[in-house]
Amino acid sequence: MLKQSVLQIEHLRVSFRIHEEYYAAVDDVSLTVHENEVLAIVGESGCGKSALALSIIGLHPPERTKLEGAVMFKGKNLLTQSVQALNEIRGKDIGMIFQDPLTALNPLMTVGKQIEESMDYHTTLSASEKRKRTLELLQRVGIPNPAQTYDRYPHELSGGMRQRIVIAIAIACNPAVIIADEPTTALDVTIQAQIIRLLKDLQQQMNTGIILITHDLGVVAEMADRVAVMYAGEIVELADVYTLFTRPLHPYTRSLLQSIPSAQTSKETLHVIQGIVPPLTKLPRTGCRFRTRIGWMDESTHESHPILREVEPNHWVRCTCYQHFYFPDGGERA
Amino acid sequence: MTFLQVNHLKVYYPVRGGFFRKVIGHVKAVDDISFALQRGETYGLVGESGCGKTTTGRTIIGLVKATAGEILFDGKDLTKLSRREFAQYRKDIQMIFQDPYSSLNPRKRVLDIVAEPLRNFERLSPQEEKRKVQHFIEKVGLHPESIYKYPHEFSGGQRQRIGIARALTLNPKLIIADEPVSALDVSVQAQVLNFMKDIQKEFQLTYLFISHDLGIIRHMCDRIGIMYRGQFVEEGTKEEIFQNPQHIYTKRLLSSIPNADPLKRQEQQTLRQQIEKEYEQSYSRYFNAEGRAYPLKRISNTHSVAIP
Repeated sequence: MLKQSVLQIEHLRVSFRIHEEYYAAVDDVSLTVHENEVLAIVGESGCGKSALALSIIGLHPPERTKLEGAVMFKGKNLLTQSVQALNEIRGKDIGMIFQDPLTALNPLMTVGKQIEESMDYHTTLSASEKRKRTLELLQRVGIPNPAQTYDRYPHELSGGMRQRIVIAIAIACNPAVIIADEPTTALDVTIQAQIIRLLKDLQQQMNTGIILITHDLGVVAEMADRVAVMYAGEIVELADVYTLFTRPLHPYTRSLLQSIPSAQTSKETLHVIQGIVPPLTKLPRTGCRFRTRIGWMDESTHESHPILREVEPNHWVRCTCYQHFYFPDGGERA
Repeated sequence: MTFLQVNHLKVYYPVRGGFFRKVIGHVKAVDDISFALQRGETYGLVGESGCGKTTTGRTIIGLVKATAGEILFDGKDLTKLSRREFAQYRKDIQMIFQDPYSSLNPRKRVLDIVAEPLRNFERLSPQEEKRKVQHFIEKVGLHPESIYKYPHEFSGGQRQRIGIARALTLNPKLIIADEPVSALDVSVQAQVLNFMKDIQKEFQLTYLFISHDLGIIRHMCDRIGIMYRGQFVEEGTKEEIFQNPQHIYTKRLLSSIPNADPLKRQEQQTLRQQIEKEYEQSYSRYFNAEGRAYPLKRISNTHSVAIP
């Protein structure tokens, strides 16, 4: 079954101005989001994953940001839309879920009113219809007593409940795409498991495409259908979730998977990725950007202009160095 | 050999209200917990936010006053000591903090940061002090010249290692690590965790490791205590807790951890639903009428569970 694509990111480059010069935090990224799928974008802090997500809905300050390429949604390039046109799309066709539900909600407004806010803007429903829909939404995101919760303020709710409210706001107008930026990072594990379940159910019921931004490979394994691994502003590997976890190819993906302690199995020592992620102003702009972190590899294994190549059907890897990659200490857990 | 013994520790915070702001109740942050640390082991305190794990750590090091109970360290009860008497134990117990960005003074050089405990407890000449600081800075894998730099010149992982160097300067016996890697990226996390294991052997350290991340706890700890609302619900060795959890809360916590194998997604989901059901049905068997856990009961030499 072929899924319809709902959003295409084409050669997107997001540059920020630092001391009068522009530096690309996202560099030539192309991705397609399909309906009814979770596309995870994984990477460490500073890899550009959040910059990518925010540029889709135009949340970067325009005076300091340069956007190149295109983000195509329903036949329009979102990067060239006016603020008014974007406001028609944001919150209606594209929903957003943020990391910290407490700062994402207005503390002075009851949660019911906050959910209705996007309906005020995007629909012509009457007050009673809106209330009815809000109660349905609260029910749907698993709030126990919708009628009581409707009149509550955010501070009266627990963290998990607040994140459910944020999700209710995001799905209020049946969006085609939801951008979830670290939706469970601020939550405890038991709550995290519930929120993952909820997002997964909503994706299937509403046929939504979800872009999941996260650094947590556990969350990716639980939730994603396809995964894009980002390093230093570029996608280094793109594959479906099963392939990525069973046959990771790029050295960065393999190193990341080796460096997390797992609760399911024990290992004696964890793999340490040498060096640090270079700051934005000092990113290597030519050649394999990961080469400084795997210094034991022969320079000749890298391409001079690495591109993302389809090495097997639907499995994309950047640079040729993956063919020769080995861990310096030899060990890799199966 | 028991090295640190915590007996019936309670930390209550008063809740004031009404006329003249009378005390109308208590928040029981830590409510009657007991556990013991053996020399050289890593003991993990696990639980969700608000369960009292951080308060426990902070009470042991003296940042929070205990309401009741005793903390026996080398046979002395730390809660009964005066400030002056407590000072000498301060050397033996050090702390590694969660956030390496806020736990290092941005206006001090690394030299002054790492030497601060030395200046409090030992009278050293500037040369000796510098030599000692450089020794520890090298131990944590940083360049000896970096003692003249400021914290902002380092990455997160390097900063956390500066924090560790500071904790090591007085040759402590016990280190309380409160979420030492939660603020770090995964690749840096691995670096700090490996390093903590290495220095544990080298300096014969005992760790009280506080974390909400069960993967990290499994990697680091020999024995584990699971906390829930200020109380212990289960305590045991790593194997007992992960292979054979007995309390429903432990089971629920363990089943919630994301499974890193996407092929097991369905299996994990079914397990979770089962446990969630069991949790709802058997809640009253594990918690009393007030929703509090029962006292721990020994089920083997090392394994205890809070069941009636």
